[in-house]
Amino acid sequence: MTSIRHHISDDMLDAYRDGSVPHGFGVVIAAHLSLCDQCRARQEAQDMVGGAFLQRAEGASLRPDARERMMAALDLPQPSPPPRASGVFPAAVMRELGGRPPRWRMLGGGIRQQILSADSDGSLRLLYIPPGKAVPEHGHHGRELTLVLQGSFSDSAGSFHRGDVETANAEVDHQPLAGDGPPCICLAATDAPLRFHALVPRLLQPIFRI
Amino acid sequence: MDDLSPQSRDLIAVRDSRDRAAFGRLFDHFAPRLKSMMLRGGLRDGSADDVVQDVMLAVWHKAGQFDPHRADAAGWIYGIARNRRIDLARRRPLAQPDDMPEIESMEPDAAQILALQQEVRHLSEALARLPLEQAEALRAAYFDDTPQSRISEATGLPLGTIKSRIRLGLERLRHELRKIAP
Repeated sequence: MTSIRHHISDDMLDAYRDGSVPHGFGVVIAAHLSLCDQCRARQEAQDMVGGAFLQRAEGASLRPDARERMMAALDLPQPSPPPRASGVFPAAVMRELGGRPPRWRMLGGGIRQQILSADSDGSLRLLYIPPGKAVPEHGHHGRELTLVLQGSFSDSAGSFHRGDVETANAEVDHQPLAGDGPPCICLAATDAPLRFHALVPRLLQPIFRI
Repeated sequence: MDDLSPQSRDLIAVRDSRDRAAFGRLFDHFAPRLKSMMLRGGLRDGSADDVVQDVMLAVWHKAGQFDPHRADAAGWIYGIARNRRIDLARRRPLAQPDDMPEIESMEPDAAQILALQQEVRHLSEALARLPLEQAEALRAAYFDDTPQSRISEATGLPLGTIKSRIRLGLERLRHELRKIAP
């Protein structure tokens, strides 16, 4: 775990903490926290501050039957647990996949993807890039977070391995190239639709919702 | 394990032996405080009671994940409450990191647990020494858990001021912590 070198920015972690991130970013950040002890420890340390305030808080009085209802609720059956981590996919990703392995769609050139969600808040997708292949060059209207789950990729910002996150904003045009070794699988979220430069991808954009 | 706070000890009893009496004590201690946290976060009286019940039920079911090397009971329970409150305000629940592996099989490391307890105590002492203005900003961010943009709306202060005040508060905290635990 110590080999992770590209982390989530402080501003983005703050937005995750206060729950103001769009759905897709939340999934990428939760997946990164599952792989990165350093960022997770930072998050948990903040809970200690919250806990200190909780200890010092003056209590508010509860409904008179609150305790009785509470103890009775302990015997009720537990709701079925959400999907757990499986293979290279953290639990947050497995939940998006509905607990099943990905169902890839071919994008051409051996590149595959599965859209996990896409709406006005942005998009979330899994990408599968064979070694040495490049994702079509693209820029962004908004920001894009890309987390490596398997293999690696590199672009002008550096080289990214399992657990690393690349944060790209509207100004960045980048062309990620998958490294040697196993195919690169990454989780990418945007807070606006992507725009591609080549004519054909732009025509395909509404079809693939990328 | 004598160095643990009574609440952490009770939470471990719930974790290891589903101890209902210990859970009852945790409820008596935390439920009124959690309700006050929910009310400060803007919930109405009746729904605050329901959310507190949800949070404490999650404490009962998730107790297997409580690890005193990483958290004290108050911080751990606060984390559960914070997530619950966030999800109430969202269209879709906020994605969560993987559960920590259940730790039953792990030998407790007394020195590490003690060090964590001490840090929590020092943190609490440092909070008590903060200037009022910074303590209020920190409490708004951590306990009322108001997103920073809403703190700004409520106080009429620009967002930059709020952020720098929280940062100053945390820096000051760290400084205080270094003084008592160099």
